[in-house]
Amino acid sequence: MVAGTVSGMVTGHGRLDRLVRVWLPVGFFLVLALFPFYWMAITSIKPNAELYNTRLMPLLVRNPTLKHYVDLLTETSFLLWTWNTMLVAVVSTAISLVFGTMLAYPLARMRFAGSGLIAMTVAAIYLVPQPLLFLPLADVINRLHLGNTLTSVILTYPTMLVPFCAWLLLGYFKTVPKDLEEAARIDGASRLQTMRQIFLPLCTPGFISAGIFAFTLSQNEFLYALIFLTQSSVRTVPVGVIAELIRGDVFYWGQLMAAALLGSIPVALIYSFFVEHYVAGLTSGSVKG
Amino acid sequence: MTIRSEPLIGVARPPSRAASLSGWLDRESVFSWLMMALPLLFLAAFVGYPLGYGILLSLEDRPVAQPGHFVGLKNFIADYNDPIFWRVAFNTFVYTAIATLLKMVGGLGLALAMNQHFRMKNLVRAVLLLPFIVPTVLSTVAWMWMLDPAFSVVNRILIGLGVPKPGPSWLGNPMLAMISIIVINTWRGLPFYGITLLAGLQTVPPELYEAATIDGASGWHRFRYVTLPLLKPIILIVTLFSVIFTFADFQLVYVLTHGGPQNATHLFATYAFDIGMGAGQLGLGASVALTMLPALALLIVALTLYMRRQ
Repeated sequence: MVAGTVSGMVTGHGRLDRLVRVWLPVGFFLVLALFPFYWMAITSIKPNAELYNTRLMPLLVRNPTLKHYVDLLTETSFLLWTWNTMLVAVVSTAISLVFGTMLAYPLARMRFAGSGLIAMTVAAIYLVPQPLLFLPLADVINRLHLGNTLTSVILTYPTMLVPFCAWLLLGYFKTVPKDLEEAARIDGASRLQTMRQIFLPLCTPGFISAGIFAFTLSQNEFLYALIFLTQSSVRTVPVGVIAELIRGDVFYWGQLMAAALLGSIPVALIYSFFVEHYVAGLTSGSVKG
Repeated sequence: MTIRSEPLIGVARPPSRAASLSGWLDRESVFSWLMMALPLLFLAAFVGYPLGYGILLSLEDRPVAQPGHFVGLKNFIADYNDPIFWRVAFNTFVYTAIATLLKMVGGLGLALAMNQHFRMKNLVRAVLLLPFIVPTVLSTVAWMWMLDPAFSVVNRILIGLGVPKPGPSWLGNPMLAMISIIVINTWRGLPFYGITLLAGLQTVPPELYEAATIDGASGWHRFRYVTLPLLKPIILIVTLFSVIFTFADFQLVYVLTHGGPQNATHLFATYAFDIGMGAGQLGLGASVALTMLPALALLIVALTLYMRRQ
Protein backbone atom coordinates (compact mmCIF):
# COMPACT_ATOMS: atom_id res chain seq x y z
CA MET A 1 0.00 0.00 0.00
CA VAL A 2 0.97 3.60 -0.41
CA ALA A 3 1.41 4.00 3.33
CA GLY A 4 4.29 1.53 3.15
CA THR A 5 6.23 3.47 0.54
CA VAL A 6 5.70 6.85 2.18
CA SER A 7 6.77 5.67 5.62
CA GLY A 8 9.83 4.02 4.07
CA MET A 9 11.58 7.40 4.20
CA VAL A 10 13.85 7.65 7.22
CA THR A 11 13.13 11.22 8.17
CA GLY A 12 11.78 12.60 11.40
CA HIS A 13 8.46 13.13 9.74
CA GLY A 14 8.52 9.60 8.30
CA ARG A 15 9.22 8.08 11.68
CA LEU A 16 6.34 9.91 13.35
CA ASP A 17 4.09 9.04 10.47
CA ARG A 18 5.11 5.40 10.83
CA LEU A 19 4.45 5.43 14.55
CA VAL A 20 0.93 6.76 14.00
CA ARG A 21 0.11 4.59 11.00
CA VAL A 22 1.66 1.31 12.10
CA TRP A 23 2.48 1.00 15.75
CA LEU A 24 -0.42 2.93 17.24
CA PRO A 25 -3.14 0.68 15.77
CA VAL A 26 -1.06 -2.51 15.94
CA GLY A 27 -0.12 -1.70 19.53
CA PHE A 28 -3.75 -1.12 20.41
CA PHE A 29 -4.76 -4.52 19.03
CA LEU A 30 -1.80 -6.19 20.74
CA VAL A 31 -2.67 -4.75 24.16
CA LEU A 32 -6.32 -5.69 23.68
CA ALA A 33 -5.44 -9.26 22.69
CA LEU A 34 -2.80 -9.84 25.32
CA PHE A 35 -4.02 -8.07 28.44
CA PRO A 36 -6.29 -10.91 29.63
CA PHE A 37 -3.35 -13.32 29.33
CA TYR A 38 -1.09 -10.95 31.21
CA TRP A 39 -3.72 -10.67 33.91
CA MET A 40 -4.06 -14.47 34.05
CA ALA A 41 -0.30 -14.88 34.43
CA ILE A 42 0.18 -12.18 37.02
CA THR A 43 -2.79 -13.33 39.10
CA SER A 44 -1.53 -16.89 39.12
CA ILE A 45 1.76 -15.93 40.76
CA LYS A 46 0.42 -13.41 43.30
CA PRO A 47 0.07 -14.50 46.91
CA ASN A 48 -3.49 -14.14 48.26
CA ALA A 49 -2.41 -11.27 50.50
CA GLU A 50 -1.66 -9.25 47.37
CA LEU A 51 -4.58 -10.55 45.28
CA TYR A 52 -7.23 -9.38 47.69
CA ASN A 53 -5.61 -6.15 48.82
CA THR A 54 -7.24 -3.33 46.87
CA ARG A 55 -4.77 -0.73 48.09
CA LEU A 56 -1.89 -2.19 46.07
CA MET A 57 -1.29 -1.32 42.43
CA PRO A 58 -2.83 -4.39 40.73
CA LEU A 59 -0.75 -4.57 37.54
CA LEU A 60 2.49 -5.64 39.23
CA VAL A 61 3.44 -8.50 41.49
CA ARG A 62 5.61 -7.94 44.56
CA ASN A 63 6.29 -11.38 46.03
CA PRO A 64 5.75 -13.95 43.29
CA THR A 65 4.80 -17.42 44.44
CA LEU A 66 4.10 -20.77 42.80
CA LYS A 67 1.71 -21.75 45.58
CA HIS A 68 -1.38 -21.63 43.35
CA TYR A 69 0.27 -23.97 40.84
CA VAL A 70 1.36 -26.39 43.55
CA ASP A 71 -2.15 -26.38 45.04
CA LEU A 72 -3.72 -26.86 41.64
CA LEU A 73 -1.55 -29.85 40.81
CA THR A 74 -1.70 -31.51 44.23
CA GLU A 75 -5.20 -30.71 45.55
CA THR A 76 -7.29 -31.01 42.40
CA SER A 77 -7.57 -33.53 39.56
CA PHE A 78 -6.13 -31.02 37.09
CA LEU A 79 -3.44 -33.37 35.76
CA LEU A 80 -6.00 -36.10 35.20
CA TRP A 81 -8.27 -33.64 33.35
CA THR A 82 -5.31 -32.61 31.20
CA TRP A 83 -4.62 -36.24 30.36
CA ASN A 84 -8.30 -36.80 29.50
CA THR A 85 -8.39 -33.69 27.33
CA MET A 86 -5.27 -34.72 25.43
CA LEU A 87 -6.46 -38.29 24.93
CA VAL A 88 -9.85 -37.17 23.65
CA ALA A 89 -8.35 -34.48 21.42
CA VAL A 90 -5.77 -36.83 19.86
CA VAL A 91 -8.17 -39.72 19.24
CA SER A 92 -11.01 -37.60 17.88
CA THR A 93 -8.58 -35.66 15.70
CA ALA A 94 -7.21 -38.93 14.30
CA ILE A 95 -10.71 -40.28 13.60
CA SER A 96 -11.68 -37.00 11.97
CA LEU A 97 -8.62 -36.90 9.70
CA VAL A 98 -9.22 -40.47 8.50
CA PHE A 99 -12.97 -39.98 7.95
CA GLY A 100 -12.37 -36.53 6.51
CA THR A 101 -9.93 -37.97 3.97
CA MET A 102 -12.35 -40.77 3.08
CA LEU A 103 -14.95 -38.12 2.25
CA ALA A 104 -12.69 -35.55 0.64
CA TYR A 105 -10.69 -37.76 -1.73
CA PRO A 106 -13.62 -39.04 -3.82
CA LEU A 107 -15.21 -35.57 -3.76
CA ALA A 108 -11.98 -33.99 -4.99
CA ARG A 109 -10.99 -36.56 -7.61
CA MET A 110 -13.84 -38.80 -8.74
CA ARG A 111 -16.80 -38.06 -10.95
CA PHE A 112 -19.97 -39.75 -9.79
CA ALA A 113 -23.66 -38.95 -9.57
CA GLY A 114 -24.46 -37.13 -6.33
CA SER A 115 -21.00 -35.79 -5.59
CA GLY A 116 -22.20 -32.18 -5.58
CA LEU A 117 -24.99 -33.00 -3.19
CA ILE A 118 -22.66 -34.85 -0.81
CA ALA A 119 -20.17 -31.97 -0.84
CA MET A 120 -22.91 -29.51 0.06
CA THR A 121 -24.32 -31.77 2.75
CA VAL A 122 -20.91 -32.11 4.36
CA ALA A 123 -20.46 -28.32 4.36
CA ALA A 124 -23.93 -27.81 5.79
CA ILE A 125 -23.32 -30.35 8.57
CA TYR A 126 -20.21 -28.47 9.62
CA LEU A 127 -22.37 -25.39 10.10
CA VAL A 128 -24.98 -27.12 12.29
CA PRO A 129 -24.16 -25.73 15.72
CA GLN A 130 -24.05 -27.96 18.78
CA PRO A 131 -26.98 -26.36 20.64
CA LEU A 132 -29.27 -27.81 17.98
CA LEU A 133 -28.06 -31.34 18.73
CA PHE A 134 -27.09 -31.58 22.40
CA LEU A 135 -30.47 -32.55 23.92
CA PRO A 136 -31.25 -35.45 21.55
CA LEU A 137 -27.58 -36.51 21.65
CA ALA A 138 -27.69 -36.62 25.45
CA ASP A 139 -30.56 -39.08 25.17
CA VAL A 140 -28.69 -41.15 22.56
CA ILE A 141 -25.58 -41.31 24.75
CA ASN A 142 -27.73 -42.34 27.70
CA ARG A 143 -29.38 -45.13 25.76
CA LEU A 144 -25.96 -46.38 24.62
CA HIS A 145 -24.90 -46.36 28.30
CA LEU A 146 -21.93 -44.16 27.45
CA GLY A 147 -22.50 -41.47 30.09
CA ASN A 148 -19.32 -40.65 32.04
CA THR A 149 -17.02 -42.40 29.58
CA LEU A 150 -14.46 -40.69 27.38
CA THR A 151 -15.99 -42.70 24.52
CA SER A 152 -19.04 -40.43 24.67
CA VAL A 153 -17.03 -37.36 23.69
CA ILE A 154 -14.66 -39.25 21.38
CA LEU A 155 -17.76 -40.30 19.43
CA THR A 156 -19.48 -36.91 19.45
CA TYR A 157 -16.59 -34.50 18.80
CA PRO A 158 -16.07 -35.91 15.29
CA THR A 159 -19.63 -34.84 14.44
CA MET A 160 -18.18 -31.32 14.13
CA LEU A 161 -14.62 -32.29 13.21
CA VAL A 162 -15.26 -34.75 10.35
CA PRO A 163 -17.22 -32.32 8.15
CA PHE A 164 -14.73 -29.60 9.00
CA CYS A 165 -11.67 -31.71 8.11
CA ALA A 166 -13.41 -33.00 4.99
CA TRP A 167 -14.14 -29.46 3.84
CA LEU A 168 -10.63 -28.21 4.54
CA LEU A 169 -8.97 -31.26 2.96
CA LEU A 170 -11.26 -31.07 -0.08
CA GLY A 171 -9.95 -27.57 -0.72
CA TYR A 172 -6.38 -28.73 -0.29
CA PHE A 173 -6.73 -31.90 -2.38
CA LYS A 174 -8.00 -29.88 -5.33
CA THR A 175 -4.75 -27.89 -5.42
CA VAL A 176 -2.59 -31.03 -5.82
CA PRO A 177 -1.72 -31.73 -9.50
CA LYS A 178 -3.15 -34.93 -10.94
CA ASP A 179 -0.12 -35.99 -13.05
CA LEU A 180 1.41 -38.41 -10.56
CA GLU A 181 -1.87 -40.18 -9.95
CA GLU A 182 -2.52 -40.48 -13.67
CA ALA A 183 0.95 -41.95 -14.19
CA ALA A 184 0.36 -44.47 -11.41
CA ARG A 185 -2.96 -45.47 -12.93
CA ILE A 186 -1.32 -46.04 -16.32
CA ASP A 187 1.28 -48.20 -14.57
CA GLY A 188 -1.58 -50.40 -13.38
CA ALA A 189 -2.04 -49.28 -9.78
CA SER A 190 -5.58 -49.61 -8.40
CA ARG A 191 -7.45 -46.54 -7.23
CA LEU A 192 -6.85 -47.43 -3.60
CA GLN A 193 -3.11 -47.92 -4.18
CA THR A 194 -2.90 -44.65 -6.08
CA MET A 195 -4.64 -42.80 -3.29
CA ARG A 196 -2.63 -44.31 -0.45
CA GLN A 197 0.82 -44.58 -1.96
CA ILE A 198 0.94 -41.70 -4.41
CA PHE A 199 -1.60 -39.08 -3.42
CA LEU A 200 -1.81 -38.96 0.38
CA PRO A 201 1.95 -38.53 0.96
CA LEU A 202 1.73 -35.33 -1.11
CA CYS A 203 -0.86 -33.85 1.24
CA THR A 204 1.06 -33.54 4.51
CA PRO A 205 0.58 -29.75 4.76
CA GLY A 206 -3.16 -30.18 4.35
CA PHE A 207 -3.22 -32.81 7.08
CA ILE A 208 -1.23 -30.60 9.42
CA SER A 209 -3.66 -27.69 8.89
CA ALA A 210 -6.73 -29.83 9.39
CA GLY A 211 -5.13 -31.67 12.30
CA ILE A 212 -4.24 -28.53 14.25
CA PHE A 213 -7.70 -27.12 13.70
CA ALA A 214 -9.38 -30.30 14.84
CA PHE A 215 -7.07 -30.48 17.85
CA THR A 216 -7.77 -26.89 18.96
CA LEU A 217 -11.51 -27.36 18.38
CA SER A 218 -11.59 -30.46 20.56
CA GLN A 219 -9.57 -28.73 23.28
CA ASN A 220 -12.10 -25.91 23.14
CA GLU A 221 -15.22 -28.09 23.24
CA PHE A 222 -17.35 -27.55 26.32
CA LEU A 223 -21.05 -28.33 25.85
CA TYR A 224 -20.88 -32.08 25.16
CA ALA A 225 -18.22 -32.58 27.81
CA LEU A 226 -20.35 -30.66 30.30
CA ILE A 227 -23.38 -32.87 29.67
CA PHE A 228 -21.76 -36.28 29.20
CA LEU A 229 -18.98 -36.10 31.79
CA THR A 230 -20.23 -35.50 35.31
CA GLN A 231 -17.65 -37.47 37.30
CA SER A 232 -14.37 -35.81 38.17
CA SER A 233 -12.27 -38.74 36.94
CA VAL A 234 -13.44 -38.43 33.32
CA ARG A 235 -13.71 -34.66 33.03
CA THR A 236 -11.82 -32.51 30.54
CA VAL A 237 -10.01 -29.32 31.55
CA PRO A 238 -12.74 -26.78 30.64
CA VAL A 239 -15.46 -28.74 32.45
CA GLY A 240 -13.25 -29.59 35.43
CA VAL A 241 -12.29 -25.94 35.87
CA ILE A 242 -15.88 -24.71 35.72
CA ALA A 243 -17.43 -27.51 37.77
CA GLU A 244 -14.81 -28.01 40.44
CA LEU A 245 -12.50 -25.03 40.75
CA ILE A 246 -15.40 -22.58 41.05
CA ARG A 247 -16.66 -23.75 44.39
CA GLY A 248 -20.00 -22.18 45.24
CA ASP A 249 -19.56 -18.49 45.80
CA VAL A 250 -15.95 -18.79 46.90
CA PHE A 251 -13.51 -18.21 44.08
CA TYR A 252 -9.93 -19.35 44.27
CA TRP A 253 -8.77 -16.86 41.69
CA GLY A 254 -5.06 -17.64 41.93
CA GLN A 255 -5.69 -21.30 41.31
CA LEU A 256 -8.31 -20.60 38.62
CA MET A 257 -5.90 -18.38 36.70
CA ALA A 258 -3.13 -20.96 37.05
CA ALA A 259 -5.52 -23.53 35.61
CA ALA A 260 -6.61 -21.22 32.78
CA LEU A 261 -2.99 -20.56 31.87
CA LEU A 262 -1.82 -24.18 32.09
CA GLY A 263 -4.90 -25.34 30.20
CA SER A 264 -4.13 -22.90 27.37
CA ILE A 265 -0.50 -23.92 27.01
CA PRO A 266 -0.89 -27.16 25.00
CA VAL A 267 -2.98 -25.44 22.33
CA ALA A 268 -0.75 -22.37 22.27
CA LEU A 269 2.38 -24.54 22.00
CA ILE A 270 1.12 -26.67 19.13
CA TYR A 271 -0.25 -23.56 17.46
CA SER A 272 3.11 -21.79 17.73
CA PHE A 273 4.90 -24.63 15.93
CA PHE A 274 2.45 -24.70 13.05
CA VAL A 275 1.19 -21.14 12.92
CA GLU A 276 1.69 -20.86 9.15
CA HIS A 277 -0.36 -24.00 8.57
CA TYR A 278 -3.01 -22.70 10.92
CA VAL A 279 -3.31 -19.40 9.11
CA ALA A 280 -3.35 -21.22 5.76
CA GLY A 281 -6.24 -23.36 6.96
CA LEU A 282 -8.06 -20.42 8.51
CA THR A 283 -8.01 -18.43 5.33
CA SER A 284 -8.38 -21.22 2.77
CA GLY A 285 -12.10 -21.54 3.39
CA SER A 286 -12.85 -17.98 2.44
CA VAL A 287 -9.99 -16.85 0.25
CA LYS A 288 -9.54 -18.44 -3.12
CA GLY A 289 -6.29 -17.54 -4.88
CA MET B 1 9.33 -72.22 -19.98
CA THR B 2 7.32 -74.00 -22.63
CA ILE B 3 6.43 -72.30 -25.79
CA ARG B 4 2.70 -71.99 -26.25
CA SER B 5 1.32 -73.20 -29.52
CA GLU B 6 -1.87 -71.18 -29.16
CA PRO B 7 -0.80 -67.80 -27.84
CA LEU B 8 -4.19 -66.16 -28.44
CA ILE B 9 -6.11 -68.34 -25.95
CA GLY B 10 -4.73 -66.47 -22.99
CA VAL B 11 -6.05 -63.22 -24.36
CA ALA B 12 -9.43 -64.55 -25.29
CA ARG B 13 -10.02 -66.18 -21.90
CA PRO B 14 -12.69 -64.31 -19.88
CA PRO B 15 -11.15 -62.31 -17.01
CA SER B 16 -10.87 -64.15 -13.71
CA ARG B 17 -13.31 -63.32 -10.92
CA ALA B 18 -10.59 -61.55 -8.97
CA ALA B 19 -9.81 -59.37 -11.94
CA SER B 20 -13.45 -58.48 -12.50
CA LEU B 21 -13.90 -57.68 -8.82
CA SER B 22 -10.93 -55.34 -8.82
CA GLY B 23 -12.18 -53.86 -12.06
CA TRP B 24 -15.56 -53.27 -10.44
CA LEU B 25 -13.90 -51.72 -7.40
CA ASP B 26 -11.92 -49.43 -9.66
CA ARG B 27 -15.03 -47.88 -11.15
CA GLU B 28 -15.20 -44.26 -10.02
CA SER B 29 -18.67 -44.46 -8.54
CA VAL B 30 -18.11 -47.78 -6.75
CA PHE B 31 -14.77 -46.69 -5.33
CA SER B 32 -16.22 -43.35 -4.22
CA TRP B 33 -19.28 -44.70 -2.45
CA LEU B 34 -17.34 -47.49 -0.74
CA MET B 35 -14.77 -44.95 0.44
CA MET B 36 -17.42 -42.54 1.74
CA ALA B 37 -19.75 -45.14 3.22
CA LEU B 38 -18.30 -45.31 6.71
CA PRO B 39 -18.00 -41.56 7.40
CA LEU B 40 -21.42 -40.95 5.86
CA LEU B 41 -22.96 -43.62 8.08
CA PHE B 42 -21.27 -42.04 11.06
CA LEU B 43 -22.65 -38.60 10.21
CA ALA B 44 -26.10 -40.03 9.59
CA ALA B 45 -26.05 -41.74 12.99
CA PHE B 46 -24.66 -38.88 15.07
CA VAL B 47 -25.91 -35.78 13.23
CA GLY B 48 -28.80 -36.81 11.02
CA TYR B 49 -30.50 -39.03 13.55
CA PRO B 50 -30.20 -36.58 16.51
CA LEU B 51 -31.51 -33.77 14.33
CA GLY B 52 -34.60 -35.77 13.39
CA TYR B 53 -34.96 -37.15 16.90
CA GLY B 54 -34.74 -33.60 18.28
CA ILE B 55 -37.73 -32.60 16.19
CA LEU B 56 -39.66 -35.59 17.52
CA LEU B 57 -38.56 -34.73 21.06
CA SER B 58 -39.84 -31.17 20.71
CA LEU B 59 -43.32 -32.59 20.08
CA GLU B 60 -43.26 -34.69 23.26
CA ASP B 61 -43.74 -34.13 26.94
CA ARG B 62 -40.56 -35.81 28.01
CA PRO B 63 -39.36 -35.48 31.63
CA VAL B 64 -35.79 -36.79 31.97
CA ALA B 65 -35.46 -40.59 32.48
CA GLN B 66 -39.16 -41.15 31.77
CA PRO B 67 -40.93 -42.24 28.62
CA GLY B 68 -42.33 -39.35 26.62
CA HIS B 69 -45.71 -38.96 25.04
CA PHE B 70 -46.74 -37.00 22.00
CA VAL B 71 -48.27 -33.60 22.74
CA GLY B 72 -48.18 -31.96 19.32
CA LEU B 73 -47.23 -28.31 19.31
CA LYS B 74 -47.88 -27.82 23.04
CA ASN B 75 -44.22 -27.10 23.78
CA PHE B 76 -44.00 -24.44 21.10
CA ILE B 77 -47.23 -22.84 22.36
CA ALA B 78 -45.73 -22.83 25.85
CA ASP B 79 -42.63 -21.08 24.44
CA TYR B 80 -44.85 -18.55 22.71
CA ASN B 81 -46.57 -17.71 25.99
CA ASP B 82 -43.33 -17.61 27.98
CA PRO B 83 -42.15 -14.00 28.49
CA ILE B 84 -38.61 -15.25 29.21
CA PHE B 85 -38.56 -16.94 25.79
CA TRP B 86 -39.18 -13.59 24.10
CA ARG B 87 -36.54 -11.96 26.24
CA VAL B 88 -34.14 -14.73 25.16
CA ALA B 89 -35.01 -14.18 21.50
CA PHE B 90 -34.44 -10.44 21.91
CA ASN B 91 -31.10 -11.03 23.70
CA THR B 92 -29.88 -13.43 21.04
CA PHE B 93 -30.62 -11.01 18.21
CA VAL B 94 -29.04 -8.04 20.00
CA TYR B 95 -25.98 -10.11 20.95
CA THR B 96 -25.52 -11.49 17.43
CA ALA B 97 -26.10 -8.20 15.63
CA ILE B 98 -23.87 -5.99 17.76
CA ALA B 99 -21.07 -8.51 18.25
CA THR B 100 -20.98 -9.28 14.53
CA LEU B 101 -20.88 -5.60 13.63
CA LEU B 102 -18.07 -4.93 16.11
CA LYS B 103 -16.06 -7.90 14.85
CA MET B 104 -16.54 -6.84 11.25
CA VAL B 105 -15.48 -3.23 11.76
CA GLY B 106 -12.74 -4.08 14.25
CA GLY B 107 -11.51 -6.95 12.09
CA LEU B 108 -11.29 -4.69 9.07
CA GLY B 109 -9.32 -2.20 11.17
CA LEU B 110 -7.01 -4.97 12.34
CA ALA B 111 -6.50 -6.22 8.79
CA LEU B 112 -5.72 -2.71 7.48
CA ALA B 113 -3.29 -2.09 10.34
CA MET B 114 -1.55 -5.40 9.67
CA ASN B 115 -1.44 -4.88 5.90
CA GLN B 116 1.62 -2.60 6.20
CA HIS B 117 5.31 -3.37 6.23
CA PHE B 118 6.83 -3.57 9.69
CA ARG B 119 9.29 -5.68 11.60
CA MET B 120 8.24 -8.95 13.28
CA LYS B 121 4.96 -8.89 11.39
CA ASN B 122 4.58 -12.68 11.43
CA LEU B 123 5.19 -12.80 15.17
CA VAL B 124 2.60 -10.05 15.74
CA ARG B 125 0.09 -11.91 13.59
CA ALA B 126 0.69 -15.14 15.51
CA VAL B 127 0.26 -13.38 18.85
CA LEU B 128 -2.88 -11.55 17.74
CA LEU B 129 -4.57 -14.86 16.98
CA LEU B 130 -4.11 -16.13 20.55
CA PRO B 131 -7.57 -15.07 21.82
CA PHE B 132 -9.10 -17.11 19.01
CA ILE B 133 -7.21 -20.35 19.65
CA VAL B 134 -7.20 -20.47 23.46
CA PRO B 135 -10.14 -22.50 24.85
CA THR B 136 -13.09 -20.13 25.27
CA VAL B 137 -13.99 -21.36 28.73
CA LEU B 138 -10.51 -20.61 30.07
CA SER B 139 -10.27 -17.11 28.63
CA THR B 140 -13.82 -16.38 29.81
CA VAL B 141 -12.82 -17.32 33.36
CA ALA B 142 -10.04 -14.75 33.07
CA TRP B 143 -12.56 -12.11 31.94
CA MET B 144 -14.82 -13.09 34.81
CA TRP B 145 -11.98 -12.28 37.17
CA MET B 146 -11.25 -9.04 35.32
CA LEU B 147 -14.89 -8.03 35.86
CA ASP B 148 -15.15 -9.37 39.43
CA PRO B 149 -17.54 -7.29 41.59
CA ALA B 150 -14.95 -6.65 44.31
CA PHE B 151 -11.56 -6.91 42.63
CA SER B 152 -12.20 -6.00 38.98
CA VAL B 153 -8.94 -4.83 37.43
CA VAL B 154 -10.96 -3.02 34.77
CA ASN B 155 -12.71 -0.99 37.45
CA ARG B 156 -9.50 -0.32 39.29
CA ILE B 157 -8.00 1.09 36.11
CA LEU B 158 -11.19 3.11 35.51
CA ILE B 159 -11.09 4.44 39.09
CA GLY B 160 -7.48 5.36 38.53
CA LEU B 161 -8.69 7.37 35.52
CA GLY B 162 -11.26 9.21 37.64
CA VAL B 163 -14.43 7.09 37.50
CA PRO B 164 -16.19 7.28 40.89
CA LYS B 165 -15.86 4.27 43.21
CA PRO B 166 -16.77 1.42 43.21
CA GLY B 167 -17.05 1.50 39.41
CA PRO B 168 -19.65 -0.19 37.20
CA SER B 169 -21.13 -3.53 38.24
CA TRP B 170 -20.31 -5.28 34.98
CA LEU B 171 -22.00 -8.59 35.62
CA GLY B 172 -24.67 -7.39 38.09
CA ASN B 173 -26.41 -4.83 35.92
CA PRO B 174 -28.55 -6.27 33.05
CA MET B 175 -27.40 -3.73 30.47
CA LEU B 176 -23.73 -3.91 31.47
CA ALA B 177 -23.83 -7.72 31.53
CA MET B 178 -25.05 -7.71 27.92
CA ILE B 179 -22.29 -5.25 27.01
CA SER B 180 -19.76 -7.50 28.76
CA ILE B 181 -20.68 -10.65 26.84
CA ILE B 182 -20.68 -8.70 23.57
CA VAL B 183 -17.22 -7.28 24.29
CA ILE B 184 -15.77 -10.67 25.24
CA ASN B 185 -17.28 -12.37 22.20
CA THR B 186 -15.79 -9.61 20.07
CA TRP B 187 -12.42 -9.98 21.78
CA ARG B 188 -12.36 -13.66 20.91
CA GLY B 189 -13.73 -13.44 17.36
CA LEU B 190 -11.94 -10.32 16.15
CA PRO B 191 -8.66 -12.07 15.22
CA PHE B 192 -10.56 -14.52 13.02
CA TYR B 193 -12.03 -11.64 11.04
CA GLY B 194 -8.77 -9.70 11.06
CA ILE B 195 -6.49 -12.47 9.83
CA THR B 196 -8.95 -13.73 7.23
CA LEU B 197 -9.53 -10.23 5.86
CA LEU B 198 -5.78 -9.63 5.91
CA ALA B 199 -5.31 -12.66 3.68
CA GLY B 200 -7.93 -11.14 1.40
CA LEU B 201 -6.18 -7.75 1.37
CA GLN B 202 -2.93 -9.40 0.38
CA THR B 203 -4.54 -10.73 -2.79
CA VAL B 204 -5.47 -7.23 -3.98
CA PRO B 205 -3.07 -6.39 -6.85
CA PRO B 206 -0.96 -3.30 -5.98
CA GLU B 207 -1.39 -2.00 -9.53
CA LEU B 208 -5.03 -1.26 -8.74
CA TYR B 209 -4.00 1.12 -5.94
CA GLU B 210 -1.37 2.71 -8.18
CA ALA B 211 -3.91 3.22 -10.94
CA ALA B 212 -6.40 4.69 -8.49
CA THR B 213 -3.75 7.03 -7.06
CA ILE B 214 -2.77 8.23 -10.54
CA ASP B 215 -6.44 8.92 -11.21
CA GLY B 216 -6.40 11.13 -8.13
CA ALA B 217 -8.24 8.90 -5.65
CA SER B 218 -7.73 9.82 -1.98
CA GLY B 219 -6.96 7.24 0.71
CA TRP B 220 -10.62 6.98 1.63
CA HIS B 221 -11.66 6.62 -1.99
CA ARG B 222 -9.06 3.92 -2.61
CA PHE B 223 -10.48 2.03 0.36
CA ARG B 224 -14.09 2.62 -0.61
CA TYR B 225 -13.82 1.89 -4.34
CA VAL B 226 -10.88 -0.54 -4.61
CA THR B 227 -10.39 -2.40 -1.33
CA LEU B 228 -13.95 -2.83 -0.16
CA PRO B 229 -15.47 -4.18 -3.40
CA LEU B 230 -12.64 -6.73 -3.72
CA LEU B 231 -13.05 -7.80 -0.10
CA LYS B 232 -16.82 -8.12 -0.32
CA PRO B 233 -16.97 -11.89 -0.95
CA ILE B 234 -14.63 -12.63 1.97
CA ILE B 235 -16.45 -10.25 4.29
CA LEU B 236 -19.71 -11.96 3.38
CA ILE B 237 -18.43 -15.48 4.07
CA VAL B 238 -16.69 -14.58 7.33
CA THR B 239 -19.77 -12.70 8.50
CA LEU B 240 -22.15 -15.56 7.74
CA PHE B 241 -19.82 -17.96 9.55
CA SER B 242 -19.62 -15.71 12.54
CA VAL B 243 -23.35 -14.97 12.64
CA ILE B 244 -24.13 -18.71 12.74
CA PHE B 245 -21.79 -19.43 15.62
CA THR B 246 -22.57 -16.24 17.56
CA PHE B 247 -26.29 -16.86 17.22
CA ALA B 248 -25.86 -20.35 18.70
CA ASP B 249 -23.26 -19.34 21.31
CA PHE B 250 -23.30 -21.20 24.61
CA GLN B 251 -19.94 -21.37 26.40
CA LEU B 252 -19.27 -17.71 27.04
CA VAL B 253 -22.66 -16.93 28.55
CA TYR B 254 -22.90 -20.18 30.49
CA VAL B 255 -19.57 -19.49 32.16
CA LEU B 256 -19.76 -15.73 32.64
CA THR B 257 -23.34 -14.93 33.63
CA HIS B 258 -25.34 -18.14 33.34
CA GLY B 259 -27.99 -16.06 31.61
CA GLY B 260 -28.34 -13.56 34.43
CA PRO B 261 -28.92 -11.08 35.87
CA GLN B 262 -32.70 -11.47 35.50
CA ASN B 263 -32.33 -13.39 32.21
CA ALA B 264 -30.73 -10.32 30.65
CA THR B 265 -28.03 -12.39 28.92
CA HIS B 266 -29.82 -15.69 28.36
CA LEU B 267 -29.43 -16.87 24.75
CA PHE B 268 -31.38 -19.62 22.97
CA ALA B 269 -28.65 -22.16 23.68
CA THR B 270 -28.26 -21.41 27.39
CA TYR B 271 -32.02 -21.23 27.93
CA ALA B 272 -32.56 -24.55 26.11
CA PHE B 273 -29.82 -26.01 28.31
CA ASP B 274 -31.43 -24.72 31.51
CA ILE B 275 -34.83 -26.16 30.59
CA GLY B 276 -33.59 -29.41 29.09
CA MET B 277 -30.74 -30.25 31.45
CA GLY B 278 -31.40 -28.08 34.51
CA ALA B 279 -35.15 -28.59 34.82
CA GLY B 280 -35.06 -31.96 33.04
CA GLN B 281 -37.77 -31.04 30.51
CA LEU B 282 -36.13 -32.57 27.42
CA GLY B 283 -39.11 -31.96 25.15
CA LEU B 284 -39.58 -28.32 26.09
CA GLY B 285 -35.82 -27.71 25.93
CA ALA B 286 -35.64 -29.27 22.47
CA SER B 287 -38.47 -26.98 21.34
CA VAL B 288 -36.52 -23.90 22.52
CA ALA B 289 -33.39 -25.10 20.70
CA LEU B 290 -35.40 -25.83 17.55
CA THR B 291 -36.80 -22.31 17.35
CA MET B 292 -33.25 -21.44 16.24
CA LEU B 293 -33.60 -23.78 13.26
CA PRO B 294 -35.46 -21.58 10.72
CA ALA B 295 -32.99 -18.70 11.01
CA LEU B 296 -30.00 -21.06 11.15
CA ALA B 297 -31.21 -23.14 8.20
CA LEU B 298 -31.56 -20.00 6.12
CA LEU B 299 -28.04 -18.87 7.02
CA ILE B 300 -26.54 -22.32 6.48
CA VAL B 301 -28.15 -22.77 3.07
CA ALA B 302 -27.09 -19.26 2.04
CA LEU B 303 -23.50 -19.82 3.11
CA THR B 304 -23.26 -23.31 1.60
CA LEU B 305 -24.58 -22.13 -1.74
CA TYR B 306 -22.31 -19.12 -1.69
CA MET B 307 -19.19 -21.15 -0.88
CA ARG B 308 -20.09 -23.55 -3.65
CA ARG B 309 -20.39 -20.74 -6.16
CA GLN B 310 -16.96 -19.41 -5.23
